[in-house]
Amino acid sequence: MIIRNVRILGGEPADIRIEDGAIAEIGPDLPGSGGGDVDGQGAVALPGLVDLHTHLREPGREDAETVQTGTQSAARGGYTAVHAMANTSPVADTAGVVEQVWRLGREFAHCDVHPVGAVTVGLEGRQLAELGAMADSAARVRVFSDDGRCVDDAVLMRRALEYVKAFDGVIAQHAQEPRLTAGAQMNEGVVSGRLGLTGWPAVAEEAVIARDCLLAAHVGSRLHVCHVSTEGSVEIIRWAKSKGWNVTAEVTPHHLLLTDDLVEESPVGAYNPIYKVNPPLRTRADVEALRAALADGTIDIVATDHAPHPVEDKETEWSAAAMGMVGLETALSVVQEAMVETGLLDWAGVAQRMSAVPARIGRLGGQGQPIEVGAPANITLYDPSVRTKVDPLAFASKSRNTPYEGMTLPGRVVATFLRGRPTVLEGKLV
Amino acid sequence: MNRHLISAGDLAKDDALLILDTAEELARVSERSIKKLPTLRGRTVVNLFFEDSTRTRISFEAAAKRLSADVINFSAKGSSVSKGESLKDTALTLEAMGADAVVIRHSASGAPHRLANWVHGSVVNAGDGTHEHPTQALLDAFSMRRRLGGLEGRKVTIVGDVLHSRVARSNVLLLHTLGAEVTLVAPPTLLPVSIGTWPCEVSYDLDAVLPKSDAVMMLRVQKERMNAAYFPSEREYSRRYGLDRERFAKMTDEAIVMHPGPMNRGMEIAAEVADSARSTIVEQVANGVTIRMAVLYLLLGGETA
Amino acid sequence: MVSFAVSESAGPDPQGSYTTGPDGKRPDTRAVLEAPDIHRALTRIAHEILERTKGADDVVLLGIPTRGATLARRLGERIERFEGVKIPVGSVDITMYRDDLRRGPVRPLGPTELPPDGIDGRVVVLVDDVLYSGRTVRAALDALNDLGRPTSVQLATLVDRGHRELPIRADYVGKNLPTAKSEKVKVYLQEIDGRDAVLLMKGGAR
Repeated sequence: MIIRNVRILGGEPADIRIEDGAIAEIGPDLPGSGGGDVDGQGAVALPGLVDLHTHLREPGREDAETVQTGTQSAARGGYTAVHAMANTSPVADTAGVVEQVWRLGREFAHCDVHPVGAVTVGLEGRQLAELGAMADSAARVRVFSDDGRCVDDAVLMRRALEYVKAFDGVIAQHAQEPRLTAGAQMNEGVVSGRLGLTGWPAVAEEAVIARDCLLAAHVGSRLHVCHVSTEGSVEIIRWAKSKGWNVTAEVTPHHLLLTDDLVEESPVGAYNPIYKVNPPLRTRADVEALRAALADGTIDIVATDHAPHPVEDKETEWSAAAMGMVGLETALSVVQEAMVETGLLDWAGVAQRMSAVPARIGRLGGQGQPIEVGAPANITLYDPSVRTKVDPLAFASKSRNTPYEGMTLPGRVVATFLRGRPTVLEGKLV
Repeated sequence: MNRHLISAGDLAKDDALLILDTAEELARVSERSIKKLPTLRGRTVVNLFFEDSTRTRISFEAAAKRLSADVINFSAKGSSVSKGESLKDTALTLEAMGADAVVIRHSASGAPHRLANWVHGSVVNAGDGTHEHPTQALLDAFSMRRRLGGLEGRKVTIVGDVLHSRVARSNVLLLHTLGAEVTLVAPPTLLPVSIGTWPCEVSYDLDAVLPKSDAVMMLRVQKERMNAAYFPSEREYSRRYGLDRERFAKMTDEAIVMHPGPMNRGMEIAAEVADSARSTIVEQVANGVTIRMAVLYLLLGGETA
Repeated sequence: MVSFAVSESAGPDPQGSYTTGPDGKRPDTRAVLEAPDIHRALTRIAHEILERTKGADDVVLLGIPTRGATLARRLGERIERFEGVKIPVGSVDITMYRDDLRRGPVRPLGPTELPPDGIDGRVVVLVDDVLYSGRTVRAALDALNDLGRPTSVQLATLVDRGHRELPIRADYVGKNLPTAKSEKVKVYLQEIDGRDAVLLMKGGAR
């Protein structure tokens, strides 16, 4: 099969020949292979995207999302691999649960599914889960996280960081000091003060990140920081990296674009829980700092924190609503809007931060490789020239809780190839 | 289209003055033997209370009944209605019943905003969480105006738990709109971190502010704050921020004392101060009915949007 | 978010709110009463009240805001001048008793000011500027019903323009003015509008 007329990382037009799931040849006007060719129509070709932070909700909340719908959503967003977070029901804290999720991913095969293992049993923060058993399972878990909850106990965090060194694992920390965020509803600042919503101070995130960087340095482990949301967190991570410590960090698309003002004033009305998310939307200054950090490499990757919720969990009072936003199908568009249109990143930079580096952090051998001869043919074709209005009803995800409804965003995923096999063509699931 | 009263900040000066002036006329209705007006005959006002507040509910009920509206009291406290999905379902029920106005009291900040998305009638905020209580601010402004004359340039001091106070939020916004100068006095733990952006002054020293105040409004200290390390003890709070007889003596002879109620006598306010002739606490209650009549009339008295 | 769309005051606007011709008047607008006519009409009504109430001892004059209240004050002054008796003058706002509230933006309230001794057992003379459908007077009667129990109620109006929709008639009329329903009658009074005049405007005028 030949994918014709694409611009690899936005470069000159070229054709890509795929054989046996791998890239066999790249060049202009490759001689025809006959049937099955795909016309790229000048789209940008990126290595298949890799998400380090996805909530697929199965098992337990199949009303919000399943492995099937979540991976369909991922493919539509240009992803060829996702990491499925552990806060399911039951929690993914045993080899049995992670293997179940992994098998479901293999069965539907819209993209690779790599389960994240819980750090502590039941996400309770008291006792380490059997991290080694999950690492040794068929799912070969390398990323561990209690995401949704913070591994708050300093000793437990230290032990986890140390323990996973044995199998080259990484602890992905959800940095949220629980006492400082008891009952917290939104970023603590001007807007929360006016709206009378309990504040979620930046320091509750920053204090944990600072502690964890110091712990990781002390025990010589690698630490990954989930969904960095504040300017202060960026400065701490920049400092940790300057020391040469093995710390990586992610930012979500929504924290690159949206601010807490939306809770007070937006087209969908004040106090609309569509903007309720953990960590909360912050200020314009935070957004600017996060963009700069993603551009200069202080923040390594973009991760979606795709968090589907059924309608009834969002059509409520603010304080009763669930936290989270779906993000797989809008991630690339939001990154184009926030980073590419602003001149902060080129497509090579996007490929690094949404494919190569997340694959490296997750230790995924067959993902995130550059588009070159011999590499697995994990390829996303993306047309950055169009602008479309976000329509949640068109999502493949089971849930509709997107903050971008009605917004006009750039770009569109045209096709996704998983080891040479198209999962999406002409924007539609195959 | 949207004809609601959800935040005091939504009221332009002309709107606020219209409410106060209307209340001034309606106050005379309360003085006559027949206290009823036929104005809102055939209109339905629903009191939707997710939180206990007999005082506020009775005040709205009296106001609606004096205007001849049909009143339906819907107390959602204690029933299975506690999660948000039910707020929407409740709203749809009220819609089906043809509610022209829904007066909502809710423990969640922003609940009236949400409700306004789901009903066609007017939404009146009767207190939402730690956000706002606009009719309380209106009745406070009405009480002040009656005692002090105009509000322009008047110095109003609000003392106590500003962080959790919907009364303080609404009062700061409304009094600012009406040209009064507001000073908030509280321990720093009970002020929002963003207080510097509010249209008012802030002080930690009640004694310094009292002699310059035309009105002093004492906020209730909620019992649950006392055990949450916002201040060391009730005694220390009372000493530093309570309005006792000695402090009362520092106020000018014309200055008035206000409290939205219910009071903790002996805690934020001494009994003899609360009962003094310069306390407006009792008339605030009567003025509450009047101001709510004015609000209901202005929201429902014209053509339906 | 909140917005009370309040209608303009019930009476006419001050001069100049409509286009005027070179002579200072709209071509389709005609003054039916000028200041001296209004003065004479009020003087006559004052005398008639005195006559019919036998000295106006029990009379309370209640004007319907805005211009009725001003006319009531003028009538009170005249009666005092003629007879040397000071009769109580007040106002009764009928806004809350109107039957057409739902037909327009919400209306601001006018003042209701009763004399200190009230209206029980008195002869109330309601005063309005223009008598038309009778609905305003009907509302005023309802309002009076809630304010006390007068022995009788009479009605004085500067202009009766006809087209009654209710069984209501005036006891004292300054001028009977035949009009078409499409026409508008506007009363201007010195105290409010800076001049005294009654204007008749052709249909469609605003």
